[in-house]
Amino acid sequence: MYEGVVQNLIDELGRLPGVGPKSAQRIAFHLLAADPADVERLTKALKEVKDKVRFCRTCGNVAEEEECRICRDARRDPSVICVVEESKDVVAIEKTREFRGRYHVLGGAISPIEGVGPEDLRIRELMQRLADGTITELILATDPNLEGEATATYLARLVKPMGLTVTRLASGLPVGGDLEYADEVTLGRAFEGRRLLDV
Amino acid sequence: MTLYRDEGIVLRTQKLGEADRIVTVLTRRTGRIRAAAKGVRKTKSRFGARLEPFTHVDLQLYERRSLDLITQAETLRPYGERLVTDYPRYTAGTAMLETAERLTAEEGEPALRQFLLLLGGLRTLAERDHDPRLVLDAFLLRSLSVAGWAPALDECCRCGTRGGLRGFAIAAGGAVCANCRQPGAATPAPPTFALMLALLRGDWEYADGSEARYRAECSGLVAAYLQWHLEHGIRSLRHVERGPDDAGDPAGTAADDEPITRETV
Ligand SMILES: [Zn+2]
Ligand SMILES: [Zn+2]
Repeated sequence: MYEGVVQNLIDELGRLPGVGPKSAQRIAFHLLAADPADVERLTKALKEVKDKVRFCRTCGNVAEEEECRICRDARRDPSVICVVEESKDVVAIEKTREFRGRYHVLGGAISPIEGVGPEDLRIRELMQRLADGTITELILATDPNLEGEATATYLARLVKPMGLTVTRLASGLPVGGDLEYADEVTLGRAFEGRRLLDV
Repeated sequence: MTLYRDEGIVLRTQKLGEADRIVTVLTRRTGRIRAAAKGVRKTKSRFGARLEPFTHVDLQLYERRSLDLITQAETLRPYGERLVTDYPRYTAGTAMLETAERLTAEEGEPALRQFLLLLGGLRTLAERDHDPRLVLDAFLLRSLSVAGWAPALDECCRCGTRGGLRGFAIAAGGAVCANCRQPGAATPAPPTFALMLALLRGDWEYADGSEARYRAECSGLVAAYLQWHLEHGIRSLRHVERGPDDAGDPAGTAADDEPITRETV
């Protein structure tokens, strides 16, 4: 244990995802030794991200205004929605330049064992978007692992009565992996070869 | 450096660092273990789906002071693939994995009966011959029994009388007769007791023919009994769903299109 403020910093850093107690300590001492101007920039970036960035009221993607850049772009196809788990998946798919529709960010995947059920994700918001009949195709691009598949199964069954075309990214994606780690070519191909999902 | 082999069922995976996972496995010989799998979340991982929950897998591990390291994994049975396309089965299976994890409290302590029970339960669930909720309840009752907490079902848990069972007293250990029943104890219908007994003994003919209302009552009692014995409860039980089901549902519970979240009482 260290003196008050240093321990405080270690504790706060240790709460970040993927940062264990050892890493937290290493980062804290790095910051203590760092140039004050560098630390000032980091502080500013942290504060700005909380002040300026919010979640798009339509799709749930990170946005600097009420709506994100993609939802505001009139050239994007309003009839197709690609459903992803996280904002970082939007970034991965945008890089492929394969998709011209819009997105819906769920905020995670269904994981009963972690206590995350359908009601904890932005599924109600998705159903509201589907209600007006503009959308004709739903592409389920949740992670190619078990929780992502289960989430896709749940959504496909939920929207079945609406008569939309529901597709799932084609195989070729790493099973058991994270979407964000798929390279652009593989992800692009998975998009092109997406298959109809029938439940 | 010590290498060892074991087979097991993947219970849970957690992200570790950038691209690794900690994998919890219920093994045949070593009981429940936690081990690290390097690079599994990357595109080119050689492990792929082999280390996803529900997979019955043959493992080679490298023993280390902290977390053991998985060096090889071969799929024996990919139960996850079969379950994930059917949401009610998937949620029932998840509750089975969580219960198996919770009932094997000590890491590294052999738990062969619990392993075999889980393997059989997942196989039955994946075969799709019976209502997933019945498969889950059978698994829960037998797991409790292996853990030494079998509820009394055909005799009063207080006085041992075999006839005239009226109530179900969770804290007392199961069925109670009219004399021993205290105010507040549940009073299940007699066919519900019969169903619970059939599930515990593996009488599927009886279980498959049971009516929906007794199945619902049975699930409620089993869940309440399980939650009583496990301090923090089973989180995924809340998400177990009864849904449209094509097979093993002669009683017609599949008439419901609306997903019904199971009550945990
Ligand atoms: Zn948006
Ligand atoms: Zn009695």
